[in-house]
Amino acid sequence: MSAADRYEAVIGLEVHAQLQTASKMFCGCGTRFGAAPNSQTCPVCQGMPGTLPVINRRAVEFGIRTALALSCTVNADNRFARKHYYYPDMPKNYQISQYEEPLAEHGHLAIEVSGASRQIRIQRLHLEEDVGKLLHEGNLETAQSSHVDFNRSGVPLMEIVSRPDLRSPEEASVYLRALRAILIYLQVCDGNMEEGSLRCDANVSLRLRGNRELGTKVEIKNMNSFRHVQHALEHEVHRQAQTLERGERIVQETRLWDPDRNHTVSMRSKEFAHDYRYFPEPDLPPLQVDPRWVEALRASLPELPAARRRRVMETYGLTVHEADLLTQGRGLADYFEEAARGYPRPKIVANWVLNELLRELPGDDDRAVAACPIPPRSLRGLIGLIDDGTISGKIAKDVFEKMYRSGEDPASIVRREGLTQVADTDELGTVVDRVLAEHGKVVEDWRNGKKQALGFLVGQVMKATQGKASPAVVNALLAEKLPKG
Amino acid sequence: MLTELPVHELAARFRGGQATPGEVAAAYLERIETLDPQVRAYLTVTREAALAQAERAGARFKAGRPLGPLDGVPIAVKDVLCTRAVRTTCGSRILEHFVPPYDATVVERLRAAGAVLLGKLNMDEFAMGSSTEHSAFFTTRNPWDLARVPGGSSGGAAAAVAADLAAGALGTDTGGSIRQPGAFCGVVGFKPTYGRVSRYGLVAFASSLDQIGPLAKDVEDAALLLQAVAGRDPMDSTSADVPVPDYPAGLTAGIEGLRVGIPAEYFIEGMDPEVERATQAAIEVLRNLGARTQPVSLPHTEYGLAAYYLIAPAEASSNLARYDGVKYGLRVPGARDIVEMYSRTRAAGFGAEVKRRVMLGTYALSAGYYDAYYGKAQRVRTLVSRDFQQAFDRVDLIVAPTTPNVAFKMGEKEDPLQMYLNDVLTIPVNLSGLPGLSVPSGFTQTGLPIGLQLIGRAFDEAMLLRAGYAYERATPWHERKPAFDGALPREGGRFPLPPREGEG
Amino acid sequence: MAEPKITLAEVEHVARLARLELGPAEKERMRRELDGILSYIDKLRALDTDGVEPTSHAVPIVNVMRDDLPRPSFPREDMLANAPDPSGELFRVPRIIEE
Repeated sequence: MSAADRYEAVIGLEVHAQLQTASKMFCGCGTRFGAAPNSQTCPVCQGMPGTLPVINRRAVEFGIRTALALSCTVNADNRFARKHYYYPDMPKNYQISQYEEPLAEHGHLAIEVSGASRQIRIQRLHLEEDVGKLLHEGNLETAQSSHVDFNRSGVPLMEIVSRPDLRSPEEASVYLRALRAILIYLQVCDGNMEEGSLRCDANVSLRLRGNRELGTKVEIKNMNSFRHVQHALEHEVHRQAQTLERGERIVQETRLWDPDRNHTVSMRSKEFAHDYRYFPEPDLPPLQVDPRWVEALRASLPELPAARRRRVMETYGLTVHEADLLTQGRGLADYFEEAARGYPRPKIVANWVLNELLRELPGDDDRAVAACPIPPRSLRGLIGLIDDGTISGKIAKDVFEKMYRSGEDPASIVRREGLTQVADTDELGTVVDRVLAEHGKVVEDWRNGKKQALGFLVGQVMKATQGKASPAVVNALLAEKLPKG
Repeated sequence: MLTELPVHELAARFRGGQATPGEVAAAYLERIETLDPQVRAYLTVTREAALAQAERAGARFKAGRPLGPLDGVPIAVKDVLCTRAVRTTCGSRILEHFVPPYDATVVERLRAAGAVLLGKLNMDEFAMGSSTEHSAFFTTRNPWDLARVPGGSSGGAAAAVAADLAAGALGTDTGGSIRQPGAFCGVVGFKPTYGRVSRYGLVAFASSLDQIGPLAKDVEDAALLLQAVAGRDPMDSTSADVPVPDYPAGLTAGIEGLRVGIPAEYFIEGMDPEVERATQAAIEVLRNLGARTQPVSLPHTEYGLAAYYLIAPAEASSNLARYDGVKYGLRVPGARDIVEMYSRTRAAGFGAEVKRRVMLGTYALSAGYYDAYYGKAQRVRTLVSRDFQQAFDRVDLIVAPTTPNVAFKMGEKEDPLQMYLNDVLTIPVNLSGLPGLSVPSGFTQTGLPIGLQLIGRAFDEAMLLRAGYAYERATPWHERKPAFDGALPREGGRFPLPPREGEG
Repeated sequence: MAEPKITLAEVEHVARLARLELGPAEKERMRRELDGILSYIDKLRALDTDGVEPTSHAVPIVNVMRDDLPRPSFPREDMLANAPDPSGELFRVPRIIEE
């Protein structure tokens, strides 16, 4: 039995999501990504003497909505707490977070892996403020000095901690994707891991299959994309298995994923585990969330990704995979449904969206879809032109590309460039005759059983008609005119 | 003399044209220049700005459009309150050159009322202390006896008002830091209910205890100053959404029939007999004014000090974590790495008392000790609050001495614990968040001021002011002023500075 | 001698947590002073506080929140004006060693 079979991975994920509020968690500064350094700060988010925090109601709203989408219990009584540690990106050297009384607890998220559905339990969900950004020359280990930009300090963060219910790096990846999709659907977070608006840390331990006790856990940080998450976890599981196989013990520590060298590196061992000295934040009165507010938010939740995927699958007769891809974001799902509305063969629309459209779009996120130059009705129009024989499928692909570049509707493009399909049997008959006459050898090949020869002849007809010949008619004519073998 | 006038009389003179804000500001600035070298109340004097503000106020009076009762009135504020473009040190080397880019809300409100800011007043470092001897820069002297302390931590503010170096002042009170120096310096000191006045811009010491309040020449002045700054502030989540009554209007209603409680626990063993006598005499005055007194019990009083000396340092250790040499304030150069920079900067920038409290507070919050220390103290705090709640079921006002003793000599209380005992009668009021007013209630045989403390229900400042006013008007204490006639030998017009802690 | 309430090792640990560099004489003095204060504070142990809620806010207020409206940030010069080591648009700090 291999090491992989002997041991079971036990993984928990801690996700931090930056909330898409207009202003920061505790002050009125803006939250836009990419502003010039230290241009989006004020005495509050810079921790100047005498300043005080004031809670952003929308951040609380976003937290509650997310909690409801994850089937959590919202704690009516919850409060903020100070978490102390010294680091230059933390202006006050404490972070205002939540500790003993978080906003929500005890939820779950269903994931589908290899056809099986599993419930992953959510331990807790709470709100806190983000820290600033550190810039070093080179890397942290070797830089002689560092520079601090406090723009990000104070941006609202939502921390979502799962129970260690995940059993493989693949499950972790699926969980993360599902969670991200929910956050995007709720429009509380844009889910951009590259920009850091969605961050993920993992706790990984191994145990012998069949054991109930948990092994020593290792924290993995610095995974900045879905790929990183998958690779880092695979690597770590492998590393731990090897360590245990050698009869050594796992050291409880934090390891950083190094994407360049494809391995995790131990952070220098800490002298003391962090003593955060939590105590209730005296500058912020506690929250008592009104149940009516919670119910109003529950009633206003959009259709969530899992439900939408199911409905799209059933309504439009798509596969799980197709439905999954189409419902990653609300924008794309809305686009598809609008384009497919009332159309008898939605699978065709799905193919166009998943293949041609996603090929052109810079991403599948709401921002990219919103900026798409082809509105859903134009895509429908294009498909309609194929259906009524105006253009062939192949020509349609060209038209599509032109539509994307110019934003024009398909009918105008077809008209202007004379791309209308030729289906007239007399006209095509003449062409077919000519082609057959010119390529007697090929005809002979066909008669002798070489099936590919037909494709060549079709191709020649297409060439002679600048691709505008109706494939159906061409095939019918050839079938008629070719000598029976 | 213009500088002897309380704020309410200055306002009348301005309105009547008998004096101009420019004259008064100039008079105060001159007095500061001559006498502050003896008293040392000021850390920063904003001379040019003050004169300019006074000019503008004068113009408003001339045009018949004054802003209100504080327009043109020269005020100074404790250096723990942020003032835009004016150095704000908190009495500490770690902020010796810190210039805030913003005003505290109370400063904004004073400016909006037309007050003239004379400067920033000396204090115990980060408001931790009861004598102003813990200022990193120098000690303020008690104007009644320059060899004695003015009390603390708002020592500069109390001394300035007592010595007529400001018409009024704002101080802060976390465990007694307005009331105790008020008592030691023979002026009115008022700590409002927690949440009555915005803390935005008050450099935090203990967030759940700190409050800003006036030091004033009389009770009416205290009412005027409080009026100008009280009220909800959206920048301070702990500021209460409770309407602000018209404090000056309610002053003269008298105290006929007022139920007054006398807590036995506040007449502690070892207290100065002159303080006790003065307090009993004051209670008699209140009775003669119509108050009905009865004994009340506040049984957890003796535990208040212990609870305070866990809660306040714990919150302070957290609030002072930000002083790290990264963004503002002192940075000790030459450190090899950031941890060394932090540790050296804080060691060099904080004085001994601050370090003590930061250490104590860090310890009280640390893993394994939270429940036994901070957690326990917060429960004891609830018991102290309940004592007051129960007493206020039977009385409307509680009266007691402000301090067990009077101003002591500089250097006399070396032992930190001895110093902490100064606040034993003021601390429970902070723990329960209630308002407390100290008014002069007499003098010792040697001419040192004594203070009477009045404690009321939450947000009942109006009643406290009314009672304080009635008592004040029936007594002569507010009319006496300290004399300046060379109480100590001077070297070249300046007193020798006390050595910095740890040196010489 | 009564059991010390705080040891020198604990003083060193707390000083590290609080990022305070203390010299040897200072450490011993600190230990003595803290010991004295903690002994005084010990009287709280005698009080029965079972079932008593801790006070973290002196006056009962709840649900203080603000609308999500952005306000202008402060100019960078203001924010960097007090910086001990400003570097262009940023705050510079000495090297950070993971501890």
